[in-house]
Amino acid sequence: MRRLTLLLGLALVAVLALLSLFIGAIPLDPRTLFSDPEAARLILISRLPRTLAAILSGGALAVTGQVMQILARNRFIEPVTAGAGQSAALGILLVTLFLPGAPIWAKMAIASLTTLVGSIGLLALIRPLPPTQPLLVPLVALVYGGIIGAVVTFVAYQGDMTQFIGTWLSGELSGVLRGRYEMLWIAGLAAAATWIIADRITLLGLGASTARSLGVNVARITALGVAAISVVTAMTVVTVGAIPFIGLVIPNLTARLLGDNLRRTLPVSALFGAALVLAADILGRVIRMPFEVPVSATVGVVGAALFLYLLYREPRHAA
Amino acid sequence: MISIRNVSHSIDHHPILHDVSLDIPRGGITALIGPNGAGKSTLLSLVARLAALTTGEISVDTLQIGKCKDRDLAKVLAIMPQSTQVSSRLTIRDLVGFGRYPWHQGHPGPEDREKVEETLTRFGLEPLAHRFLDEVSGGQKQRAFAAMAYAQSTPYLLLDEPLNNLDIAASRSLMRLLRDMAEEDGKTILIVLHDINYAAAFADRLVVMKEGRIAADGKPEKVVSAKLLYDVFGTDAPVCMMDERPVVLV
Repeated sequence: MRRLTLLLGLALVAVLALLSLFIGAIPLDPRTLFSDPEAARLILISRLPRTLAAILSGGALAVTGQVMQILARNRFIEPVTAGAGQSAALGILLVTLFLPGAPIWAKMAIASLTTLVGSIGLLALIRPLPPTQPLLVPLVALVYGGIIGAVVTFVAYQGDMTQFIGTWLSGELSGVLRGRYEMLWIAGLAAAATWIIADRITLLGLGASTARSLGVNVARITALGVAAISVVTAMTVVTVGAIPFIGLVIPNLTARLLGDNLRRTLPVSALFGAALVLAADILGRVIRMPFEVPVSATVGVVGAALFLYLLYREPRHAA
Repeated sequence: MISIRNVSHSIDHHPILHDVSLDIPRGGITALIGPNGAGKSTLLSLVARLAALTTGEISVDTLQIGKCKDRDLAKVLAIMPQSTQVSSRLTIRDLVGFGRYPWHQGHPGPEDREKVEETLTRFGLEPLAHRFLDEVSGGQKQRAFAAMAYAQSTPYLLLDEPLNNLDIAASRSLMRLLRDMAEEDGKTILIVLHDINYAAAFADRLVVMKEGRIAADGKPEKVVSAKLLYDVFGTDAPVCMMDERPVVLV
């Protein structure tokens, strides 16, 4: 089952990546790729970075969504909409306002830091909620994200920067060019690093006391998980903007298919996440050619449909 | 030996345990019983280092609670989790496999795999091994958690009210498994139980707690009496002997 889904995910990503390279406002014929220098330039400067951005952000968001759901012990939560995404936007907004000359790495570091604070705030907020009421967690997260989002809008309005926040709060890949997406590799690395602690995160899912009684350093693993979530969210929000639903739908899909053993499921989630963003981006390019629909909008529609299907599908239980 | 010396504990300035001292030598099942709020679960979680020890000392063999590493203690002491609080979708084989975590730290070797298969067979879980935890019954789930604790291969095993939400068949089969582990593997089992009859039927020794102190301690037939039920639990219930075991008529 796992091998099958892994192969399926790989095949999907490969096919969609190829499509993504050759579909767009400027027509491109694969046969002229090596004879026509313009075609090669288009691929290298625009299409390849865009495709890589979709793969990296989709994969990383799916992985950290899965980690977040284990840490929060709730399946209806994802970082981008639960305050982390808004905190990243707040961070980059504040830097742009008060330290406009700061080097790019400093801006990224500050955005990661505010995201970290935002994520820790959320985890502290939902910790006392009773586990018997699983829907309280996403509700609180929604309100929390909404409040931080309101602060972002307010600050942007005061600083006359409302036109900027759109680029952070709604994800778009049409602006991705070589030289403007490379931060996403950091997101990819941070997501990949969670693979190292996958076993221990899975054990956290059994409860803090069980994890501790098996010798897991609960505080350290939680901190590492939250750090990975924050870095991924900050990098994606700042480079391509918030892409919702990936971190919610994909982990639910893989958990349904393969369970919660992250050592097994994280690679599958990463592939499915990459495939979903690629597919949504390609869809956004062809719906109204030559105009483009932002990837956050198409992901929202596709993701919502997928999530509803998962919710309403008959759950499998013991015979 | 688990050695508990002069342990006192408060939660939010509420005193829960008063100067408790208790020795649990190797071997056999010791049951902690007592009315709600007597401090049984608190004492168990202190031994399990899941609550921070503030006053007194606890040691398990040569390991001092609060000073030794979690990882070292995990090879000596297993704690069976309360399965009702777990919502992870793991297969039973994976769950049992995670019991080996203290030994392999994420890189299971052939001996770990062997232990997992042996555990699955012993607990009769082989036919369910590929099933997810949310696809089996409550009793099967509890059995899987017991198997996980067994696979941890520790000389000591702690359980906090494992019979909650189990029907009589599942309760008896779980207690019988614990009995086997104590007798065949020589495990030392410390268990918090609600039901005195289960404690009297399956434990070698009862430690009765009341208001944060030890009220009685000894073999079930010595400890369980109508007077104890009245003094500690505040209820009038007759006790009769069957097969040399005391039975509370409820």
